[in-house]
Amino acid sequence: MSVALVIVSHSAQLASGLAELAGQMAKDVTILPAGGTDDGRIGTSYDLVEAAVAQARAAGHDVAILSDLGSANMTIEAVLDDLSDADRDHVVFAEGPLVEGAVAAAVTSQIGGDLPAVTEAAKARELFA
Amino acid sequence: MSDTLDTAWALNWIRTAQEVISEHRMELIDLDREIGDGDHGENMYRGFTKTVEKLADGTDSIASALGTLGKTLLATVGGAAGPLYGTAFREAGKAVEGQETIDANGVVAIIQGALDGIVKRGKATTGEKTMVDAWTPALEAAKAAAAAGKSPAEAFKVAAEAAAAGAEETIPMLATKGRASYLGERSIGHKDPGATSTSYILAVAADTAEAAQ
Repeated sequence: MSVALVIVSHSAQLASGLAELAGQMAKDVTILPAGGTDDGRIGTSYDLVEAAVAQARAAGHDVAILSDLGSANMTIEAVLDDLSDADRDHVVFAEGPLVEGAVAAAVTSQIGGDLPAVTEAAKARELFA
Repeated sequence: MSDTLDTAWALNWIRTAQEVISEHRMELIDLDREIGDGDHGENMYRGFTKTVEKLADGTDSIASALGTLGKTLLATVGGAAGPLYGTAFREAGKAVEGQETIDANGVVAIIQGALDGIVKRGKATTGEKTMVDAWTPALEAAKAAAAAGKSPAEAFKVAAEAAAAGAEETIPMLATKGRASYLGERSIGHKDPGATSTSYILAVAADTAEAAQ
């Protein structure tokens, strides 16, 4: 099972557009957008993030969650706090620049990287080298 | 006359807070437009309105009323206020779990729970132009009132006054947390929206507590 990505953005369009972009080089990787609020406004939704994580876990994937801005980080951390013990070690918040990080993380997952490798890739360190 | 607060008070607090936030919706939106993304008034209004709908049939404890508020804000608010207030009220609820009624020490527990939740989630400290600058003095004031043997209504009253003063004190502060920090020096001279909504919510807690006595 590859590592799945959950893309959390304040904008549903940004999240789904990035899922499409990152998927271009990672055809076998599950990339789930969780953008906007539950009623389609700008913002992030605990319920949408939790549902995407649950979907990926149900399919047997480890999950790296990526974020666009600080308040999205807080939503993600709230979801992580509420994970069951069974899921806790299989779901991480992968910090990094969102677009480059998502592409790097997706490619790393595609070539067989495990959760730590995907999380490291999401930092997109080469950008700042 | 009663020196304790019960579930009916908690429900009245949340219902009345929804009305007060509705009245101040534009003001909170305008404050947030100055240094943020302008969604605070609308988001808080939506979150509290949804909570009032969920609690329409009542609930069985102060803890579950606050827990429902926290969970609903987390799910429906969208902006930074969602995870911050959401975690705050969930922790506040946990802090009075199992208590049918609360005295001034319960007021302290609620405010302490809320502040701990906000700090855990937002990793902010005082002086960073956030809601922490309202909750922190509120906690100190409530603690002093409880130690002096005051009623829960009096504890909320001094806490609300301290929160309002704390919110005013955010005006000259430089924002170093959240999206306002991107503005740098330009954030100076504006009152923090989260600290402002905190002062309203605590003022309603005080008013409804007084009405319950």
